[in-house]
Amino acid sequence: MDVIETDVVIVGAGGAGLRAAIAVAEADPSLNVALTSKVYPMRSHTVAAEGGAAAVIKDNDSLENHFNDTVTGGDWLCDQDAVELFINEAPKELTRMEHWGCPWSREPSGHVAVRPFGGMKVERTWYAADKTGFHMLHTLFQTSLKYPSIKRFDEYYATDLLVEDGRCQGIAAIELRSGQMRVFAAKAVIIATGGAGRIFPFTTNGGVNTGDGAVMAYRAGVPLKDMEFVQYHPTGLPGTGILITEGARGEGGVLINNEGYRYLQDYGLGPPDPWPRKKAMELGPRDRLSQAFWHEERAGKTVATPHGQAVHLDLRHLGEKKINERLPMVRELALSYMGVDPVFKPIPVRPVVHYMMGGIHTDIDAATPLAGLFAAGECACVSINGANRLGSNSLTEILVFGGRAGRGAVEHVRSGGKDVDRTAIEEQAGEAQKRVAALFQKADGTETVVGLRKEMNHIMETGAGIYRSKESLEEACKTIGELRRRYADVRLEDKSNVFNTDLVQVLELGSMLDAAHVLAHSALNREESRGSHQRLDKTERDDETYLKHTLAHYTGEGDPRLEYLDVKITKSPPGERVYGGAAS
Amino acid sequence: MTEQTLQVEILRYRPETDQDPAFQTYTVPYRDDWVVLDALNHIKDNIDRTLSYRWSCHMAVCGSCGMMINGEPKLSCHAFLRDYYPNKVRVEPLANFPIERDLVAVTDDFMEKLESVKPYVIPQQERAVDEGPHLQTPAQLNAFKQYTMCINCLLCYAACPQYGLTPDFVGPAALALAHRYNLDTRDAGREQRQEIAASNEGVWDCTFVGECSQACPKSVDPAAAIQQTKIASTIDWYKALLNPWGKR
Repeated sequence: MDVIETDVVIVGAGGAGLRAAIAVAEADPSLNVALTSKVYPMRSHTVAAEGGAAAVIKDNDSLENHFNDTVTGGDWLCDQDAVELFINEAPKELTRMEHWGCPWSREPSGHVAVRPFGGMKVERTWYAADKTGFHMLHTLFQTSLKYPSIKRFDEYYATDLLVEDGRCQGIAAIELRSGQMRVFAAKAVIIATGGAGRIFPFTTNGGVNTGDGAVMAYRAGVPLKDMEFVQYHPTGLPGTGILITEGARGEGGVLINNEGYRYLQDYGLGPPDPWPRKKAMELGPRDRLSQAFWHEERAGKTVATPHGQAVHLDLRHLGEKKINERLPMVRELALSYMGVDPVFKPIPVRPVVHYMMGGIHTDIDAATPLAGLFAAGECACVSINGANRLGSNSLTEILVFGGRAGRGAVEHVRSGGKDVDRTAIEEQAGEAQKRVAALFQKADGTETVVGLRKEMNHIMETGAGIYRSKESLEEACKTIGELRRRYADVRLEDKSNVFNTDLVQVLELGSMLDAAHVLAHSALNREESRGSHQRLDKTERDDETYLKHTLAHYTGEGDPRLEYLDVKITKSPPGERVYGGAAS
Repeated sequence: MTEQTLQVEILRYRPETDQDPAFQTYTVPYRDDWVVLDALNHIKDNIDRTLSYRWSCHMAVCGSCGMMINGEPKLSCHAFLRDYYPNKVRVEPLANFPIERDLVAVTDDFMEKLESVKPYVIPQQERAVDEGPHLQTPAQLNAFKQYTMCINCLLCYAACPQYGLTPDFVGPAALALAHRYNLDTRDAGREQRQEIAASNEGVWDCTFVGECSQACPKSVDPAAAIQQTKIASTIDWYKALLNPWGKR
């Protein structure tokens, strides 16, 4: 088997992976970086982020505000030492992006402009029109081309972490072009593979968001933290799940039900000012807004569309000029995919699975409990996002913690000292290859990728959606457990080597089933309601028992073993989340 | 009522078994809100697991799913079946690139060309983070903004007759990106980029057919970028002629 020797291997080349690669190259240009991804870097899902990235830069704002908005938004499940570090580094990271050429939108004076997002006391979201993720990703990718020590391996699908002697020493990955397994031998590995929204049927996530990296770490013995927390974005297009940015509400867009009524005032988010009041109404936090939709739907106050119930996002009063200038992508998306021009008609929207707060357990240096393994971005859980991520913190997070992962890896390579055990890891990669080969040899698989995926999607939506109960979660755990067993009989129909996307989908499904399994069990065991995790049978937050992170450990075929870790509270004791008029 | 259907004719090529690419026809349900990518996903999920193609975002921003649709370069996630129905739709991999398999094109050449134009800020002087962001007025931003919108989908390369004839041609997207950085007030790297951009394989290979700008799904105008680069290069040339020892 071909072995690629390098110092640091990165899995995933979206925002966090690219930022990590650049950090390694800047910290020590003599170290070789292998930047691997199952897609070309600019296809990564960072590209789809729209609204912006948060960092304190204006005089009317303060780090204290950013801290409080983040911790309150996260329903006190954030580690406050991590949040503090994050908000401190945020302005530096976004400034660095500015130096690298990110086309941030500007004030007439030439200063970087900011806009308000949901759950923010003061506007602090830097934006590049409504294509912020796209511009950040391309800026990072293009900047990465400057560093000769970064070598890309585009379209390599990583299957396994190679762990020997308690240290992560590389990965096994399939080169999609040839179908051949390759070994990447490295002293440090960084996982930056993004989210797993595809375990749900209706999501803003692209086809690539299947949780591969997080599950790869999980199977290697690294716990997944807080996987029960799934953020529904309140405004996705019915049918496709295409995201309509929160920036649309930041600019003054309002949500109305089938009676033309701004229903959010009935959910503790009023008063319904005609202008966008911070932390109120449409600028409330994402979890509350998505939950309000659920109640409106139950009350029969939503609008029927060919793709299910919706409410209306009305931008008409903003006028064509402002929509074109600030929200060009919103107009383009609504026109193309809904046939609705928001200048003249309100856009039908509904909550849509958007972001996983949970992920690979890391400390504030992006290090996992496994020596030599780091993780950053949506696949990781530091946690700065707690039970509900504050909108526009995730684009900043990929920079802050991507950078820290890169620098941590450099530190580890320099101080770790020990050499890679080539014999041991090649043997392990051989085992990984045999597992893939078995899929090719098996002639009588009885289960299809599509059948299993549909059943998984369905049970996740009904069992572990916006509102959950003991009953629904038990059902989800049972079904996902069965699907995992049935997956052993999955059929690979395409037996060729070159760019075999059937094989990729089979492997991705395996990742998604494990992620879904952890999610359902973590949710069942958390008998409280907090942030995005709402239980109809346990409606209150229970700080006595659950001011803790869930850590899920892999046990092979059995259910995950769950344990709990105290949340780090440094200065903000758990309190009430106050939004609406009382908050501003 | 019988379901409305649509025929999709796809160029298949599996290098391990096929001598040559050949068309295969599939029948898919017709939905007026479906795009060609939905039809491909339907085929992959329900008819033929061996069909390979790239896709991810389904919202015309990741740039993965560029293909030839009825002979025109398009993003398959942005090409609506309603614009073709009831006629059949013919889907082929991007023109002007080798086929890796089925609808997957080999795009290494573009990646190398992109890298060759140094598409990153080359500052006059490194600026420390403590110095804060640069000032850049909305007008200064607008001078290059449209050239930042390229999603690297390669439709412009598939549309460009010159790239088809002269594979060394750096091509529209890469040249537009070089121009984007040249126009950015934070950048001072134009001279370094000119080595490639103003070479024979750079802007001078372009015969200004303008197909690239027509094909662009993001309204970038690579043809304009190339023309502006030509003008700037010509001025450079005259300056050098008139003042051979002067600083350009």
